[in-house]
Amino acid sequence: MTKSVPHVVREPIDLPQAQVPLGRVHVIVERCKQCNFCIKYCPTEVLEYSEDINAKGYHYPIVADGKEFACVNCRFCDLICPELAIYTTDISDADDTAEASDGG
Amino acid sequence: MSATEQTIQPAANIHPIDRLLRADRLPHILCAGCGIGTVIHGYANSIAASGIDENNHVCVSGIGCSGRAAGYVNVDSYHTTHGRALPFALGIAVHKPELNVTVISGDGDLTAIGGNHFIHAARRNVNLNVICINNFNYGMTGGQVGPTTPIGAKGTTAPFGAVERPFNLPYLAKATGAIFVARWTILHVREFHEALVRSMQKPGFCFIEILAPCPTSFGKSNKIGDGLHEVEIYRERCQVQNGAPHLNDFDIDLLDESKPIVVGNFVDVERDAFME
Repeated sequence: MTKSVPHVVREPIDLPQAQVPLGRVHVIVERCKQCNFCIKYCPTEVLEYSEDINAKGYHYPIVADGKEFACVNCRFCDLICPELAIYTTDISDADDTAEASDGG
Repeated sequence: MSATEQTIQPAANIHPIDRLLRADRLPHILCAGCGIGTVIHGYANSIAASGIDENNHVCVSGIGCSGRAAGYVNVDSYHTTHGRALPFALGIAVHKPELNVTVISGDGDLTAIGGNHFIHAARRNVNLNVICINNFNYGMTGGQVGPTTPIGAKGTTAPFGAVERPFNLPYLAKATGAIFVARWTILHVREFHEALVRSMQKPGFCFIEILAPCPTSFGKSNKIGDGLHEVEIYRERCQVQNGAPHLNDFDIDLLDESKPIVVGNFVDVERDAFME
């Protein structure tokens, strides 16, 4: 039923200059109810379940190993979260990774 | 750097949009995987993006799971009797035209118990933004069949499947005179957000149907395991048709997998509002 869209193969001419934002994930652990939306629909697959549980007994999302700098601050996890338990901030302007890794 | 260090838990446990919500009431009572929380979240984001003074926003809701919305938003809000969210909101909009009134209600509240109010509010073209959270059944009371339950879908009052033709809500809203009609799912958060901001800025009766998963009641009867499963059905079968000229065959059939679930901003016309 759905019409297939022809795949775009041409590379954007400004691809080398394109700046990909760097995002930082913040999770309000006690609000999470493990609906899985953020983990499933993250376009860069940054998140995974924690091994710990929160006070209600749910596994909340955490940043997966090796994905520390994969978040592009698209805010989709924030917008789709029914519990307002997750949001991201833009840390592209942070000078070095040391500054990027603390704060929050 | 370990993953746990990279996941930051905010010190005060405050979300950036918490100022527009009664955050002391969170986490809310709605089930895990329910889509109503996403709609409340989208409403708060739309208030911030609308450019209208936050003190001029009013939220009215009826009875049901979606009726809880009025209790969680930190604007003037009213939780009215069953089906009567629209007449109450109509009174506010007529008495204080400077206010921006949004009705957040469910499919049962808005089109079954309050069905008569719905068609007449649309006919009069009162300045209201109506969000109908459609979860295809009466969720709070245990999954009874409602006016939007698709043919063949099971409910606690239809164990062999619903046999009545459901409402096609965008078609109904267009036919009765709404000037802005849209249908989105909770997965189309940005599109829903834009549609809601558009309806806040448009004087007249604007109607947005949001398809939301109901894993506890509708999902349990229909072998839909959790909220994510139902959202996946939307993702696979949704087809965007903005400005579609004919809405008459946009019924939702959950059993026929070849039939798409059509979403989009269908109607955006100008007509004199009630107060003009």
